[in-house]
Amino acid sequence: MTTSNYATERETTEGKVFTVTGGDWDTVVSGTDPINDERIVVNMGPQHPSTHGVLRLILELEGETVREARSVIGYLHTGIEKNLEYRTWVQGSTFVTRMDYLSPLFNETAYALAVEKLLGISDDITERANTIRVLMMELNRISSHLVWIATTGMELGAISIMLYGFREREYILEIFEIITGLRMNHAYVRPGGVAQDVPEDAIIKIREFLKLMPKRLKEYEDLLSGQPIWIERTKNVAVLDVTGCLALGVTGPVLRSAGLAWDLRKTMPYCGYETYEFDVPTHTDGDVWGRYQVRLAEIRESLKIVEQAVDRLAKPGPVMVADRKIAWPAQLAIGIDGMGNSLEHVAKIMGQSMESLIHHFKLVTEGFRVPPGQVYVAIESPRGELGVHAVSDGGTRPYRVHYREPSFVNLQALPAISEGGLIADVIAGGASLDPVMGGCDR
Amino acid sequence: MTAPQDKPNDGGVPVPVTPAGASSGAPAEHPPSSPAGRGMFGNQGSGDVSGYGGLVRQRRPIEAASRPFGGYFDEVYDALEEAYPGFADAIEKVVVDRGELTLHIRPERIAEVCQVMRDDLALRFELCSSVSGVDYLGADERRLHVVYHLTSMTYRRRVRLEAAVPVEDPHLPSVTAVYPTADWQEREAYDMFGIVFDGHPSLTRILMPDDWEGHPQRKDYPLGGVPVEYKGAEIPPPDRRRSYQ
Repeated sequence: MTTSNYATERETTEGKVFTVTGGDWDTVVSGTDPINDERIVVNMGPQHPSTHGVLRLILELEGETVREARSVIGYLHTGIEKNLEYRTWVQGSTFVTRMDYLSPLFNETAYALAVEKLLGISDDITERANTIRVLMMELNRISSHLVWIATTGMELGAISIMLYGFREREYILEIFEIITGLRMNHAYVRPGGVAQDVPEDAIIKIREFLKLMPKRLKEYEDLLSGQPIWIERTKNVAVLDVTGCLALGVTGPVLRSAGLAWDLRKTMPYCGYETYEFDVPTHTDGDVWGRYQVRLAEIRESLKIVEQAVDRLAKPGPVMVADRKIAWPAQLAIGIDGMGNSLEHVAKIMGQSMESLIHHFKLVTEGFRVPPGQVYVAIESPRGELGVHAVSDGGTRPYRVHYREPSFVNLQALPAISEGGLIADVIAGGASLDPVMGGCDR
Repeated sequence: MTAPQDKPNDGGVPVPVTPAGASSGAPAEHPPSSPAGRGMFGNQGSGDVSGYGGLVRQRRPIEAASRPFGGYFDEVYDALEEAYPGFADAIEKVVVDRGELTLHIRPERIAEVCQVMRDDLALRFELCSSVSGVDYLGADERRLHVVYHLTSMTYRRRVRLEAAVPVEDPHLPSVTAVYPTADWQEREAYDMFGIVFDGHPSLTRILMPDDWEGHPQRKDYPLGGVPVEYKGAEIPPPDRRRSYQ
């Protein structure tokens, strides 16, 4: 047995006895690096209420300063991309809508645009279908930004704004319910157009909303913009400049808050966005405050687009391509349990037309074939560039669909904006990226 | 497919106008390229229940494009040729399809090509939008493809780079040094397809658990679904259900 400073031993009649003493504390202290030994590793999440879903952050802290931050994702991976390969092209829209659950209509539209490009029918999409898509996407952008301001407010201690943000979002979800039958997971935008036309009572409700929302936005600003705590928590926090954004692939409001007016609705238009009048708000600070300003301004711009789209809906027209090999023959209707086949139509095809029934059956079970090839379609979601890389091998089901999710890509910037800052600013910085883990993990 | 624009002499009789969207030639023209992961249901044929199962359809191969490519594609091609000395060696094929330009790059050259694509003044592809994998099982000897979508914000252009590696040696250089945003996307391609990006700072799984075995989005990955019993009948896992191809 070795004798050490910590435990001397001696023989007694009862046996060997160790006397354990403390070491020389001074030598222990001088032997360590006082800085590094102060570092502790803290695990934040995946169930932390301030991490926007099941995001796990591993933080190496020195006091309250974050020295290193690493994010761990995948807790919400549901294999949607793989699942799509075993469903028909139309069924895909019910899957992709569940990815980023705060912006389902963007997921659907991006998917529909990709399938349409593969089919070569992009130019055949009716004007009314495009207008409805724009209308729905912009309403969805507003609701997504409202959730952002609500959750970010809550995470920074402003509880009232959380209630207000969710209250107004509920209004939009009610509009969605009138149009699509569901508050979320709509499967409303389908390859070829949209599932059905916008009913008249939805238009009335949207017009009410257009009157209401500017007042409410004013309330939010009265509540937050001049508030010293809000300013302290957001200004000069989690700064990321344009160079950093581009290197890390960050797009959307975060990039625009750094000063680059890159908005795919303007720079690479789709769905007829080039015919709407709106501005791309930017800010130059590149901090949380800038992102807050940009998002609030974007809500205002979206309201402008919604107003223009509603005006255009006065002109009736088809909402689906006329090709009966792509458009479902079913006339869909909203029932008490969401959208489904209209009973009248079912009665007709069951009772009167055998050919309709066969055609309906083949198109729904087998689906349509899509010529082989690959496309990449990108749209501007509330979080940035939402891209769909779709590959067809000529079959009735997607060969591969990859979503370039802005949440996934933007979240890479979290170490860059939080390292060197305070731990409390990790929350503000992470929230300002607006990650939605359903989209990030897919 | 008949050409709907050849209007026959109708002699004054109204002829139905072809509806919008009907000219795509979409249905029934193109059989799938590979049997990858397709359902069995005791059926090795086409799975076609229409009575035309014996018909062999011709599949239109995607051909290499020839000059001029049209649009900005020629400018991109020429600028890359001028700026990159190893151009002839690196480009395997150029495909123009559906208004998109695809440059098939030799995998070992991909990082160099990306560097030139980003830095050359006439190219300026500042943003790497997306990196994704595709498994062309049975259709390509080098079945694992990595697809890069680059965006030029200066010129408002997009271009697709594609590199193919065999499954036995799925190595190609990482582009993270050029585009740091490719970090997580390459990790995802590794996680899902087992493509190894040499030079990546920490190539680990990202979506699947660390101790997961296999690469789930490969076409030969067994789904391992459990048959579901519903009212006495068994529904097989999705990859073993009847498929219409």
